[in-house]
Amino acid sequence: MSQVLVIAEHLNGKLNSSTAKAVTCAAQIGEVHIAVLSDSPAAVAAEAAAIEGVTKVLTVENAANANTLAAVLAPQIAALSNGYTHLLMPSTTFGKDVLPRAAALLGRPQVSDIMEVVDAQTFKRPIYAGNVITTVKVPAGLAIGTVRTASFKATALTGGSAAIEAASISVDLPSHTRFIELQAAVSERPDLQSAERVVSGGRGVGSEENFKIIYDFADKLGAGAGASRAAVDAGFCPNDMQVGQTGKIIAPGLYIACGISGAIQHITGIKDAGVIVAINKDPDAPIFEVADIGLVADLFEAIPEIEAALG
Amino acid sequence: MKILVGVKRVIDYNVRVQLKSDGSGVETNGVKMSVNPFDEIAIEEALRIRESGVEAEIIAVSIGTKDAQQQLRTALAMGADRAVLLETDSEVQSLDAAKALLSIAQKEEVDLVLVGKQAIDDDANQTGQMLAALWGRPQATFTSELTIADGKAKSLREVDAGLELIEVDLPALITVDLRLNEPRFVKMPDIMKAKRKPLDTIAFADLGISESPKLETVAYEPPPVRQAGAKVADVPALIAALKDKGVL
Ligand SMILES: Cc1cc2nc3c(=O)[nH]c(=O)nc-3n(C[C@H](O)[C@H](O)[C@H](O)COP(=O)(O)OP(=O)(O)OC[C@H]3O[C@@H](n4cnc5c(N)ncnc54)[C@H](O)[C@@H]3O)c2cc1C
Ligand SMILES: Nc1ncnc2c1ncn2[C@@H]1O[C@H](COP(=O)(O)O)[C@@H](O)[C@H]1O
Repeated sequence: MSQVLVIAEHLNGKLNSSTAKAVTCAAQIGEVHIAVLSDSPAAVAAEAAAIEGVTKVLTVENAANANTLAAVLAPQIAALSNGYTHLLMPSTTFGKDVLPRAAALLGRPQVSDIMEVVDAQTFKRPIYAGNVITTVKVPAGLAIGTVRTASFKATALTGGSAAIEAASISVDLPSHTRFIELQAAVSERPDLQSAERVVSGGRGVGSEENFKIIYDFADKLGAGAGASRAAVDAGFCPNDMQVGQTGKIIAPGLYIACGISGAIQHITGIKDAGVIVAINKDPDAPIFEVADIGLVADLFEAIPEIEAALG
Repeated sequence: MKILVGVKRVIDYNVRVQLKSDGSGVETNGVKMSVNPFDEIAIEEALRIRESGVEAEIIAVSIGTKDAQQQLRTALAMGADRAVLLETDSEVQSLDAAKALLSIAQKEEVDLVLVGKQAIDDDANQTGQMLAALWGRPQATFTSELTIADGKAKSLREVDAGLELIEVDLPALITVDLRLNEPRFVKMPDIMKAKRKPLDTIAFADLGISESPKLETVAYEPPPVRQAGAKVADVPALIAALKDKGVL
């Protein structure tokens, strides 16, 4: 029987939605434990213990774990993985930063962006911005991977009653890396990675001021707000809104792309969306090749009209 | 200071990749190859550090076939001082790539290793972090702003929650993100000059690194295609279609 250790992602004492998605992947492999590394893990551990099907939560309490520094976390995670058959983290910037460092300490390869579990040692993952799907087999021994969160629905956050245990590990932690600050974009809107609806704007929106039309539209729909890289690069909106190969990979039920041409690197980020809507004034924009519903229109005319129709 | 930059030869990002007809891999025959876009940003950043007045020697390193010399020449034309090809005809996975780059970093006693946040062929996003782990040195991944001073580097990192600022002691490993800079275009005279810059070749096998366990790729397949839907004539039709699909 496989024993899978999932490392919890959390911020400000709250579990990140990516964790429950990684748990879904883990549960397809074997028995699932979650580890919470933090300066004060209690609240997050309680949340993790309530996730359906999780049988144990390990906590590592250490002031050094107040921030997610890979150089500090990786040796602890490597030590925690002892005795497990699998070590998983979500394929968020957190998992991407930390897990390869732990894998190298363990001398093991890492499967990035697991999108499907074929069997306990075999996984599907995308390469070339999702244009090719490969099936890879992990050599005998500990399997390490990041989980492509858009490929797995979150496991129910209630119903579990896992035992919470303080893990005792002793590893030397480095002091060569120091956290200074996190400039978190404050937004009242739903988190992009878990939002059921997302409205995104591209270069076609034209300016930072104009992006208000995207935010207002998102608020009208109770949606998260996203963007293309071109929009972020042009300074229309913050970087954490970027959707795509090198931004966030998302899977909302409804995705509305406004003034986005549909470059392959952007499409990669929305392939798993339920319904894709494109509003673009160019009838030949490649976004229409993937959109379920396309509207050839000026976004500055179409969006107010949609809002008016929604009442 | 000495800076090592990773330069991977990959299929150009504008190419629509195709599977080989027998499904045994991705077609690279007759396909345009380029420097991994993130690695161009890494080279550019090294150049800017030097141009800011820091005395720096920039060494571009690529692991790959003889053909990767082309990408190293591009790095030299951009302004790197010298290049090293770690030549092999075999696939080199991230952990071994990390070991190989590290062996050069240690031999050259570099202060900074700059690599891309990911190679756009395997999209692995691992090599830098693995190198830093094996080196026992700090890492600053997804860097979109970098300041070097007093033996330290400050990195503004693009993370899901926003922007994170960290400080690391040198030597350190930095992986670069798209917004760090915009790489310069190479000019004809620079291409000519680059031909005279040193490009050494070391057989990968002669590096003496211990081979790591490897992932085995057992199948390649195209992704499931999304059927394009239909265009609607106007906003009322759009709303009707959304209601029809049950998302409104
Ligand atoms: C290595 C690499 C990684 C990348 N990663 C990403 C990524 O993660 N995410 C990403 O998005 N991109 C990424 N890109 C960039 C990508 O290639 C495209 O350049 C980018 O997605 C284009 O953004 P856009 O569609 O907003 O802009 P454009 O391609 O300029 O398209 C703007 C669109 O707006 C339309 N438009 C203009 N005005 C209006 C109007 N008034 N009403 C309606 N429509 C209008 C135009 O018809 C056009 O189709 C990456 C590129 C590279 C090289
Ligand atoms: N074969 C290689 N040659 C040179 N650099 C490499 C090679 N493989 C990986 N790298 C470096 O590591 C980065 C991340 O690659 P990856 O982990 O494969 O996504 C790349 O952007 C390169 O800078």
